[in-house]
Amino acid sequence: MSLNTDRQSSGMSFGNLARRPEAGSFVGLVLVYAFFAIMGGAVFMGAPGWSSWLNIAAEVGIVALPVGLLMIAGELDISVGSVIPASQMTTAIVSGYFGLPVLLGIGCGLGVGLLVGFVNGYLVTRTTIPSLIITIGTMFAVMGLTLGFAVLIAGSTSVFLVPGPATKLILGTFLLGMFNVSIFWWVAFAVCVFYLLHVSPAGNWVFALGGDRESARNAGIPTSRLTIGLYMLSGFAAAFVGVLQLMTYQNAQVATGQSFIFNSIMCVVIGGVLLTGGSGSVIGIVIGTATFAIVNQGVFFSGLDPNVGSVIIGVLLLAAVLSNDGFRALALKYSTRKG
Amino acid sequence: MSDKTPIIELRKVDKSFGPIDVLHEISLKVHEGEVLCLLGDNGAGKSTLIKTLAGVHAPTRGEILMDGNPVSFARPKDAQEAGIATVHQFGGTFPLMSIGRSFFAGVEPTKGFGPFRVYDRKKANEIAVKAVQDFGITRIDDGDRLVGGLSGGERQSLAIARAVHFGARVLILDEPTAALGVKQAAHVLRIVNEAKRRGLAVIFITHQVMHAMAVGDHFAVLIRGAIAADFRKGEKSREEIADLMAGGESMADLEANIEGYMETHEGHPPAPAR
Repeated sequence: MSLNTDRQSSGMSFGNLARRPEAGSFVGLVLVYAFFAIMGGAVFMGAPGWSSWLNIAAEVGIVALPVGLLMIAGELDISVGSVIPASQMTTAIVSGYFGLPVLLGIGCGLGVGLLVGFVNGYLVTRTTIPSLIITIGTMFAVMGLTLGFAVLIAGSTSVFLVPGPATKLILGTFLLGMFNVSIFWWVAFAVCVFYLLHVSPAGNWVFALGGDRESARNAGIPTSRLTIGLYMLSGFAAAFVGVLQLMTYQNAQVATGQSFIFNSIMCVVIGGVLLTGGSGSVIGIVIGTATFAIVNQGVFFSGLDPNVGSVIIGVLLLAAVLSNDGFRALALKYSTRKG
Repeated sequence: MSDKTPIIELRKVDKSFGPIDVLHEISLKVHEGEVLCLLGDNGAGKSTLIKTLAGVHAPTRGEILMDGNPVSFARPKDAQEAGIATVHQFGGTFPLMSIGRSFFAGVEPTKGFGPFRVYDRKKANEIAVKAVQDFGITRIDDGDRLVGGLSGGERQSLAIARAVHFGARVLILDEPTAALGVKQAAHVLRIVNEAKRRGLAVIFITHQVMHAMAVGDHFAVLIRGAIAADFRKGEKSREEIADLMAGGESMADLEANIEGYMETHEGHPPAPAR
């Protein structure tokens, strides 16, 4: 009992800042950047360093934002890992192999993402199967279909597409030879998702959905439509990353994208989103993504063994989850206190 | 009191799930500004009765009347729109959301227009805090605080204030004091009295005789899906009520009575004891 009260009083003294979901992740970001700034020196702190981690952050960040929304709503999406190759393969086949207009190809690629998202959302709302299992299932199904159709139609697991100058400029160019244009798309996605979650009334529904699905439904929130919409958003974002990669590297591969599954979830969790849903912020997700990318690239600049980078990411993840749990315990302590 | 039209009335409501009869000829009336305490052991059919009132289940036979007019609810939402609100033990609030956001979940106030309508945090917080303070919970003064930081009684009060704010006329409280300590429970009972004073019809489900005695005007004891006893405040002593609720001797008698009666009367329950 005395232990309990001690923890309560120390929790109160953190004040309002510590209650913000991104507080812990911001501290993590500062520490990680400082560490690699010292280890990597001027090169890491200059344009080459910034461009290298921003390029990584942009791609994973575009996927992490809607995945983060889903996690705040209490769901997971594993299928993003195979939507990325599926969309780029679709675009490459339509526009590269068949030579149809590139806009049509991009439309088809993004359509694949929306369709997979709809199927995910539909299955999650109509069955009692956990979304983790459903999206693992759709991930494998989409992966198999992508491979099958690529071989069947194009006769290869790798299809080329040379985009026109305008498409290349908007979707796949490196500014100053370093900064991928995807960084701007990441910022645009972040602004849109921030508006959705923190400014528009629908954001409240996402938090309510993750807080207590039953109460959310009782409060008149269209929970099924919202869930399906969030899955379609994450399918769309993954497909968009697929298109960006295709326009940058001009080559669609069936085997890209698997790393996005865990990387996106890690960015979100490092960013302070609760795995069980109900809490999180877009600023946190952006901070988590930046932290992840800085570790990922900082290792090369500091000349450390690449395995050290994995260790740091692993430790960061555990520290983030621990602080999330602490935060939740703090928030719930008073509600369950008896008399 | 009895010549006024009750806000909500049940007439011989039966509910069966397939071959299993759960509720038998339930007849109840709750008037404006009246608290009906629904007592009964686990499995007596209290939850089914509440869910029937809340539109989750449709009655198999019998009818539900509001203000004297028969009503039927296809979905819980219909019941809510008619003004029947159910507040469960943990209150339908979201622990990790702010008080303002939780209060307005699903009906967010907005400012601006068209696609640029944004969530009006200030207005939500102001209204939520005022609604809760009007119910006497003056400790809540900041709508940005997380619901999880409130006590159980305060959360319950927030949920009741929310239901009343959004136009509830019939308030169904499902064991609101069950998990609370003495002070917290007193909090909730005060809120119930305030709801009563405002003219709501309250159906209060509880296991605690003290809580029932503190707010109840009218008591109904449910045994095996039938109303075993139906009496008004002052018609029975505290000991008798406690005995009924605790499953003591008189409850055992009633139970045996009902079973025997139903066997010999083709499943019809006897008239409730007075």
